[in-house]
Amino acid sequence: MRILLDKFSKSFGDVRVIEDMTLEINDGEMLALLGPSGCGKSTTLFAICGIHKVTGGRILFGDRDMTGVPSQERNVGVVFQSYALYPHMTVAENIAFPLRIRKLPEAEVKRQMEEMANLVHIEALLDRRPAELSGGQQQRVALARALVRRPNVLLLDEPLANLDAKLRLEMRSEIRRIQLETGITAILVTHDQVEAMSMCDRIAIMNAGEIIQIATPQEMYRNPRTAFVAGFLGNPPIAFIDAVASNGTLTVKDADIRLPVPPNTETPPDGTPVIVGIRPENLGRDGDAPIRGRISFVETQGRENLYDLTLANGSVLRSIQRESDDVSLNDEVEWRVRSDQLFLFAQNGERL
Amino acid sequence: MTGHLKSWPIVLALSILSAPLVLMYVYLFIDTFTNAPPGSFIPNEFTLEHWTFLWHTPPGRLSIWRVTLNSLMFATSTATLVVVVSSMAGYVLSRLNVPARGFFLAGVMVLHAFPAITLIVAIFLVLQIVGLYNTLIGVILVKAAIDMPLGIWLMKGFYDTVPWEIEMAGIQDGASRFTVWRKLVLPQVKPGIFALGLFAFLLGWGEFILPQVLAPSGNAQVLSVYLAALIADDNNFDMALFKSVGLFYIAPVLILFFFFQSYLMNIYGGGSKG
Repeated sequence: MRILLDKFSKSFGDVRVIEDMTLEINDGEMLALLGPSGCGKSTTLFAICGIHKVTGGRILFGDRDMTGVPSQERNVGVVFQSYALYPHMTVAENIAFPLRIRKLPEAEVKRQMEEMANLVHIEALLDRRPAELSGGQQQRVALARALVRRPNVLLLDEPLANLDAKLRLEMRSEIRRIQLETGITAILVTHDQVEAMSMCDRIAIMNAGEIIQIATPQEMYRNPRTAFVAGFLGNPPIAFIDAVASNGTLTVKDADIRLPVPPNTETPPDGTPVIVGIRPENLGRDGDAPIRGRISFVETQGRENLYDLTLANGSVLRSIQRESDDVSLNDEVEWRVRSDQLFLFAQNGERL
Repeated sequence: MTGHLKSWPIVLALSILSAPLVLMYVYLFIDTFTNAPPGSFIPNEFTLEHWTFLWHTPPGRLSIWRVTLNSLMFATSTATLVVVVSSMAGYVLSRLNVPARGFFLAGVMVLHAFPAITLIVAIFLVLQIVGLYNTLIGVILVKAAIDMPLGIWLMKGFYDTVPWEIEMAGIQDGASRFTVWRKLVLPQVKPGIFALGLFAFLLGWGEFILPQVLAPSGNAQVLSVYLAALIADDNNFDMALFKSVGLFYIAPVLILFFFFQSYLMNIYGGGSKG
């Protein structure tokens, strides 16, 4: 079902968390609300499911205005970060709870419960209690319980935050598989850009209660609208250095480095201070613009090495390259940057 | 082992200090089954004569079984009332955004610390006016009211430990607030309910002043009042009978404690998972 937040605002007392936010989620789409802690993404989620009353604006499910509708009637499935399973009930009872509340006939409850258990692969665990399950299994139960009543929208609040690294990888693809199989509209709240990029059709990146950019993961990575977006996506993260425009090039102060203005970017007038963003994968042996510096840090990641390159003026760039032995700590090197992959931002962080 | 060696003087001192208590309890038990010659502590014959009160009711007194039933009803009813009201009021104070919540919280605290005995004259008059003086129902209501602040406060402590998410999940699953409380939250505080129920029962079982003042005679007599009447009766003064009834009176408490002490300990954990 299509979800529309129309000029939605929320404040707690005098604190305005979100103001005039408009966001549309298409039918069957999985959208990530990505942002740092305190940016208002969970507030948005709780407004959609009705736990928070909105201060202004409307929330529409399809064509129906849900703004004043109580949580119980919104039919929103929520998976909480802590899973919030009912500890005194078995897995089967947990999943069946929403159906029993709706007073479905017992045979129907059992049928739908088992169907959902099959979908999330927990058929063998139905008689257990939540305390007897691993984190990943609890997660599956929580998903099944949220999905069993065919909700209008599925909300996932940091669903992977409590899992260890290996399980996180597994559940990432599992959640996506279940979402695609059920075709349900889903919203994922996360502060982890990897989760957002790997699981979702589109990302809405938020900061300080505002949506900065909405785009597909790929588009957002390739074309960040602000320095904040560029800095949030990508691991290891992008590095920023200050430069000044002069004669159609960008001069990095006190470092004897000149970078060309990337294509599709308007050349800033001479003397304009700019911020240049360089992703670690675009700095290395290949490229067209030389950058000279000293290797100040090496991190071995197995397949790749991550280097910190300190420039003459003290700025630090990051470079990720295939693992090799020919450079080591404190070496002076001249590497190259792919100038078509540079991002140029104004002092206020807006992309140029 | 060194720890044991170091602590033995303390253990010895404690043993000597508590010996009189232990002796008293031992004699409470021994004296009910034996007779001793005058002037001696050493019993010389075994007898069951002090326990005849169980099957023989002296004239002018209620049957012991009637009194025991009264005590049982008194303790059970107050415990039930306290548990039912506290489990709801504790939830409201813990979770719901009711008006004057702070006032009620502070009020409950103050009432708990308030010596109820100072109200006894007023309560006496109120019961007389509404016609509940010298009835079991009257004392039950008063006792439950006096125990309630503690119960409410305890239950609030238990509810505070239940995660919010469970309730949010219940609401999202379509349950009403009441169903959420009844089906999802209440089972989480079961240890608290059980502990509070037991606690309130024991408080009711041991209560003396309220029944003594508000239901002293007639058919509402409870065990503690019955016991007090025995010792106040100068015409048929019988120390051994008093001890036997006393033992009969504390036996259920000991049994309950023996079986459920772990639940009672919960009370002092302030609701941390038990």
